[in-house]
Amino acid sequence: MPDEPLTFQGLILKLHDYWSRQGCMILQPYDVEVGAGTLSPMTVIRTLGPKPWKVAYVQPSRRPADGRYGENPNRLHQHHQYQVILKPNPPNLQELYLGSLEAIGIDPLLHDIRFVEDDWENPTVGAWGLGWEVWCDGMEITQYTYFQQVGGLDVFPVAGELTYGLERLSLYLQNKESVYDLQFNEEFKYGDVYLANEEQFSAFEQEVADVETCKRQFEDMEREVRRIVASKGRQGQALVLPAYDHVLKASHLFNIMDARGAIAVAERQSYIGRIRDLCKLCAEAWVQSQGAND
Amino acid sequence: MPQLLLELFSEEIPARMQANAARDLERLAREKLAAEGLLPEALKTFAGPRRLTLVAEGLPAAQKDRHEELKGPKVGAPPQALEGFLRKTGLTQDQLIERDGVYFAHLHKPGRPTAEIVAEMVEAIVRSFPWPKSMVSGVSKLRWVRPLRRILCVFDGQVVPFVIDGIPSGDLAEGHRFMSDGQPFLVKDFESYAHGLAHRYVVLDADERKQRIVETAKTLCFARNLELVEDAGLLDEVAGLVEWPVPVLGDMDPVFLDLPPEVIRTSMRVHQRYFAVRDPATGRLAPHFLTVANIEARDGGVTIAKGNAKVLSARLSDARFFYEEDRKVRLEDRLEKLKGVTFHAKLGSMHDRVERITALASQLAPVVGADEAKAVQAARLAKADLVSGVVGEFPELQGIMGGYYADAEGLDGEVVEAIRSHYRPQGPADAAPTGKVAATVALADKLDTLTSFFGIGEKPTGSRDPFALRRAALGIIRIVLEGRIRLPLKRFVSDEVLEFFADRLAVLLRDQGKRHDLVAAVFALGDDDLVRIVARVDALSDFLKTEDGTNLLAGYKRAVNILKAEEKKGALPVGEPAQMEGAPAEELALVAAVDTVAGKLDSLIGAEDFAGAMAELAKLRGPVDAFFDKVLVNSDNPAERDNRLRLLAKVRDAMGRVADFSQVTG
Repeated sequence: MPDEPLTFQGLILKLHDYWSRQGCMILQPYDVEVGAGTLSPMTVIRTLGPKPWKVAYVQPSRRPADGRYGENPNRLHQHHQYQVILKPNPPNLQELYLGSLEAIGIDPLLHDIRFVEDDWENPTVGAWGLGWEVWCDGMEITQYTYFQQVGGLDVFPVAGELTYGLERLSLYLQNKESVYDLQFNEEFKYGDVYLANEEQFSAFEQEVADVETCKRQFEDMEREVRRIVASKGRQGQALVLPAYDHVLKASHLFNIMDARGAIAVAERQSYIGRIRDLCKLCAEAWVQSQGAND
Repeated sequence: MPQLLLELFSEEIPARMQANAARDLERLAREKLAAEGLLPEALKTFAGPRRLTLVAEGLPAAQKDRHEELKGPKVGAPPQALEGFLRKTGLTQDQLIERDGVYFAHLHKPGRPTAEIVAEMVEAIVRSFPWPKSMVSGVSKLRWVRPLRRILCVFDGQVVPFVIDGIPSGDLAEGHRFMSDGQPFLVKDFESYAHGLAHRYVVLDADERKQRIVETAKTLCFARNLELVEDAGLLDEVAGLVEWPVPVLGDMDPVFLDLPPEVIRTSMRVHQRYFAVRDPATGRLAPHFLTVANIEARDGGVTIAKGNAKVLSARLSDARFFYEEDRKVRLEDRLEKLKGVTFHAKLGSMHDRVERITALASQLAPVVGADEAKAVQAARLAKADLVSGVVGEFPELQGIMGGYYADAEGLDGEVVEAIRSHYRPQGPADAAPTGKVAATVALADKLDTLTSFFGIGEKPTGSRDPFALRRAALGIIRIVLEGRIRLPLKRFVSDEVLEFFADRLAVLLRDQGKRHDLVAAVFALGDDDLVRIVARVDALSDFLKTEDGTNLLAGYKRAVNILKAEEKKGALPVGEPAQMEGAPAEELALVAAVDTVAGKLDSLIGAEDFAGAMAELAKLRGPVDAFFDKVLVNSDNPAERDNRLRLLAKVRDAMGRVADFSQVTG
């Protein structure tokens, strides 16, 4: 590790620099609430179809049920994922990935780096893949996946996905116990930026959010997705991307209702199924618009 | 003789799949080689995190030539038949041989070079390898467990040339991902391969990796006066995660030692794949852990130990948070939440299940001899820990955590014990609960599982037993037999489930070396008391090992055959056999003997003295043998015949009260 550990933003900049040199487009975070970097249309939608795709981006990821009012050192209603997608995955993706660890100061002859089986799946978007969680000295620092299906459709050529948990990685690099103590840059701490968010959003998502409103909006979104995806743009294409934004909104509304404790166990599967169906609708329309998925 | 070396080099293979992969590779290679008539002197496979390796010693350089004679049509058969035969064999008519009016073709197949066959074999194996889960990557359609990177295939010092989905075979191998120089090295044979790997920080053989882990780990522990808590399953897994195993002993913050040891060990094992370490003086967990790194770190492992310790602290902090939160809620107050947990779509919620188990426990308590109130309380609370934080995190601690929470609430010791152990026995190596309350709840739990799933038609078929019903039945059998619990099963289960028990018991007894036909013979009596059934089987088994036993069995079969044959002619005479005047002495003797024996059987069977009952039956052997020797059943005198049939029926029925001897084979 370098003498001065990377700050939170220093870590992001290093990863941007590294993946940019590997030919990735550095995208901006998606501006609709998502639960994980994978759910951004820049992953879910763009890994479908035959065209190549190479991107890296930071994605704030909202998980209302994980909010702890800023009182827990590493549980957050919103954390940040660093997401890399390479489609088709190059044959040396593992080596490229290990290069990124060296770039952020993790020396594989000092730290124990392991690829531990982890089969990733996300039932909400009908996606699964095989890969590993990557461990550094016993800590999971990255989810590494070869996407096999998204929206219930085969991903071919296969896309390689790397998801780094930025807070966790940063805690490790800076040797801190609490995310709020992380140096965001030399002057500010992570807590200076996000503590207020955690305090307020935890209260909102777990106590204040109005379940009836969420429920109504969920149903609105559900209807909207079907309506939008059936509409045509000026060039005759299905409006997949706007439709998918509404899937994300529905998904976030579901997460808030869940955090409010308003989803009975029996209802849960049904909600997830509804979101998956919407997602599938978008995936199919996208693949159709892209030409044959092989 | 030439040697074949094959290495399938890939990205990291899941640890749990490696041992099977090595076995599958060996099996497939043996099948293909045998099918081609190529028999190696020795064949061995290896599996590790990044490679599957096969070495076959002493293969011939080529197949032997093969001569084959094929029989064709008869001379003078329709021309189509001959044409077809010529097409099939690729011969002309003048090349055929005529013998006894039939055409024969003599085919000579020159043996193919082994390398050619190997190339086909490797491709076939790679394309059909039975991975439990496989994937494609990049633009290739080749399925493998993770991307397949390189194929080394050397036969007799030469590369066997082939290409599989763009991957050419070669003679290069790679060492350790981080510790080698990163340059592939040239391989001539297995020796240069193994040697090259060893120098590049790869231990090829999983057993050797395991041995190194255990030896080094024990040495590290010994040096600090600690003791490794051995764990064979974990060792298997860890040996599949590292190519160059380097055990590292780390320190755990001692404040966590107040957590239940099961929680610490499970967190270490499940989340982190660490071995636990104990203090040899007290036998209790020591504040350390042992992890197995994949590198010899530049700083001797200091950073690795520190990093892992930090992760473990975070894990145990989480566990402690859950454990402390859990203890704030009484088990009783968790019951409501079980309504939201689906047990099975057709079987309602976990709360429904608890109600069924509680009702069963109440009925079972008097049978087992347990305190009913305690059994009911334990049954009600047994599943409450399923909605606790720790069990949410570590499902394998179900029951155990409930026991801790019940204890913390100050519940009765027997109730605590019952909650803790009601899932047991969970396998052949696991002990069955012995306390009466615990046995009651464990029985109720398993009886509900069996009757519920049978009730909705979810029965085990073949190797499929998704709800572990066989384990549940076996658990009941063990609890009942070990606790000598007189459980009238029919009161609790359907005939179908009872039959299932009979099967399971037969399997269990067979595993103990008992004849399964004897189990059937006893079950046929319709008894549902497992303790009594086993006692009968034991007595019967002993009896049939004696000469009296085997002879009497033969006599029994003879009697039954006669009765069956006569039954076909018309209804058998009913009633007791009489001491007929003028009857042969042997007949009179048997009438007397069966009378005496039958008179004693009831009380012996009633007292469950089955050995005694068998001894009584043994007394029939002499009279039965003598009877068949001297007396003709089918007498011309109908009265004599009827009496003798009555006599045989009485012998059969008397024996039938001890076991259904017709089910006994041999």
